[in-house]
Amino acid sequence: MRHNIDHRKLGRTSEHRLALLRNQTISLIKKDRIKTTVAKAKEVRRFVEKLITLAKKDTLHARRLVAKDIQDPEALKKLFATIGPLNAQRPGGYTRIIKAGFRRGDSAEEAIIELVGREPKFEDKSKKKAKKKEKIEAAEQKEVASAKEEEKKKEVTPESSEESKQETAPAEVEEKRSTEEINKSETPSEAKDEEK
Amino acid sequence: MPNPKRRHSKTRKNKRRTHDSLTAVNTIECPKCHEYRLPHRICPSCGYYNGREVVRIEEG
Repeated sequence: MRHNIDHRKLGRTSEHRLALLRNQTISLIKKDRIKTTVAKAKEVRRFVEKLITLAKKDTLHARRLVAKDIQDPEALKKLFATIGPLNAQRPGGYTRIIKAGFRRGDSAEEAIIELVGREPKFEDKSKKKAKKKEKIEAAEQKEVASAKEEEKKKEVTPESSEESKQETAPAEVEEKRSTEEINKSETPSEAKDEEK
Repeated sequence: MPNPKRRHSKTRKNKRRTHDSLTAVNTIECPKCHEYRLPHRICPSCGYYNGREVVRIEEG
């Protein structure tokens, strides 16, 4: 009978499952938060929290026990140098799982698992908007520049065929020249804006 | 090929379907942006959960 076997198998063999948990743990320690399915997040939580508890005491023994599961020097270092001391006074509950809707594709319920005390900070919305505006302006300038080049190319071709279409061609060329002039007058001012 | 011997009556059909009814999804109003969202989940429109911005939702 299946008594007291309380972990999720996650549809994997034991080796595959252990590798998954170790990989996700290393990612979580390095990135502070990861997005995965709810079931995986809950299994990773069990796994990580035990390691963080070990990492509160920076002894050689603890390091060796943890290093069995975290075979990534960078992650191991971060765990003992920052995450361990951060949670020194916390009696467990080092991670937070927040449900984050359903994944497109297989409709699996996803969650964000993050280390408590290492939540990301977002910039103010006004600052972000300003940055976006700058980006858009830069993109517009590029478009203007490329459009200008195209017009130059066009200008070369109508002139060669001007003789055959004398009635329509001159007007077209004039139009192009006038638009080009407008573009030229616009671009220097925008370039100055970018410098600012 | 096996075939049905007797037609099922409307009553039988309706009885079978008594358990087929759907329940409405329970949505709550997000306290931050007042959009409707699922409870205990990050708000998909503003990215807030429990009064904190958990994910950045890019506009557009």
